[in-house]
Amino acid sequence: MPEAILNVRQLRKEFGDTVAVDRLSFSLNPGEVVGLLGPNGAGKTTAIQMLLGLIKPTSGNIEIFGRNFALNRTALLKKSNFASAYANLPNNLKVEQNLTVFSMIYGVSDFKRKINEVLDLFEIGHLKKRVTGHLSSGETTRLNLAKAMLNDPELLYLDEPTASLDPDIADKVRSVINQVRMDRKISVLYTSHNMHDIEAVCDRVIFLNLGKKIAEGSPSAINQQFQQKSLEDTFIHIARSGELIEPDQSDLI
Amino acid sequence: MNGRVIAALILRYSLLYLRSWIRSIELIFWPTLELLLWGFLAVFIHRQTEGNFPYFIKFLIGAVIFWDVLFRAQQAVALSFLEDLWTRNFLNLFIAPIRLTEYLAAICIVGIIRVTVTVALLSVFAKALYSFNLLDFEWQLIPFFGNLLLFGWSLGMISIALILRWGLAAESLAWAVPFLVQPISAVFYPVSVLPVPLQTLAWLLPSTYVFEGMREVIRTGEMQWSNLLISIIMNVGFLILASGFFAFMFNIARDKGLLVKIASE
Repeated sequence: MPEAILNVRQLRKEFGDTVAVDRLSFSLNPGEVVGLLGPNGAGKTTAIQMLLGLIKPTSGNIEIFGRNFALNRTALLKKSNFASAYANLPNNLKVEQNLTVFSMIYGVSDFKRKINEVLDLFEIGHLKKRVTGHLSSGETTRLNLAKAMLNDPELLYLDEPTASLDPDIADKVRSVINQVRMDRKISVLYTSHNMHDIEAVCDRVIFLNLGKKIAEGSPSAINQQFQQKSLEDTFIHIARSGELIEPDQSDLI
Repeated sequence: MNGRVIAALILRYSLLYLRSWIRSIELIFWPTLELLLWGFLAVFIHRQTEGNFPYFIKFLIGAVIFWDVLFRAQQAVALSFLEDLWTRNFLNLFIAPIRLTEYLAAICIVGIIRVTVTVALLSVFAKALYSFNLLDFEWQLIPFFGNLLLFGWSLGMISIALILRWGLAAESLAWAVPFLVQPISAVFYPVSVLPVPLQTLAWLLPSTYVFEGMREVIRTGEMQWSNLLISIIMNVGFLILASGFFAFMFNIARDKGLLVKIASE
């Protein structure tokens, strides 16, 4: 087995009396795309925010590239990146200006060439001189993804990257993500409420509910475990039942 | 600290002003308005008192310009931070490889740029309208302005620490915090005017020594070195306390998940 890019061990977060994430453990291998799924309040957003250093875990350990994240935050963030439908680039700067600023922050050499490359990757090269705030939501999402590719990350966190995209653009974005992970062997942690996305992009899925991991495996194996036809049916089944299956009760973990 | 990261952040905040003339106006509009208001009031009172207070105009004009150094330095820190919240860029910055020290250094340097622009324009207006020459202070301007910048940065850090903890509900503090210290900093009048308990409080602020020192220089041409030294020592203390307070609030915000909450408010 290759050494995991990301190793999460017994991660726990308490907000007062509420346990948002409870003893979450998983790993992410090189070139692998793992989907983090769960109904609202399942703990997936809290989990990803702990992985990004935005929230301090109550306990547990995060290792990225074999190094402790809490102790090497800045160095490790340089090799990863993040795109979310809910974190935009400053809307009052031009696309090119925004990408220049982030290229400098990530220490991208020859950033003019790189900016053109990532814009072309997401088919928004023609928007380079446009003001970011004047872009459509689909263009903004693609710009956020382009920013996330600026530093050639080895680890990419994508938080609902296709939210607000029409089916055509969402399909294109999925294709690009698949292409990029094949070409560059990027490891991706992916959250989405779009089950079609997850089935199309993810090698493995981790289902969270009430802060705990309740299942882990390929999308088809997960469906099999819950005796559902599709990931969407599985999702609905879990969300409506409020069922909490302990990890050790699952055949797949 | 990484100079490239600091330069990137300075570029980001500078582009805001270069890209928008309305924002640039903000740098000169209020300061100029204040200068006109206080300046003409000073001229009027000076004439009414038949010149019995010979330094009155200079005291007030100097106070307006010096106060703006402190206020703009605080504003640069607070508004740069708020700008990232308003444009929902906050998460992008805090998941990027940026150290808190680099972030604070960048917004403080932006403060120097803003203050330089504002003071340069005000000094031109002051010279043209009231024959007040800021350069009469000569080299003494450097320690005066340096102290005010340091105190402005401290107040700015306190402001953003409070916003971090209490979110955009505390946004008004970005403007209010400097005015909490203005009445007891002896900006427009000497400390001796204040009631005795407030005088004690006033001498606990580094800004008080600067404004008293400014009047001293206008009146006598001499500067009290001991007062300046006290001001510098106090400023170092305030800066350490303010950075510690910011780091403390930042940790609380990370612990309670507030960074994400305020980023999406």
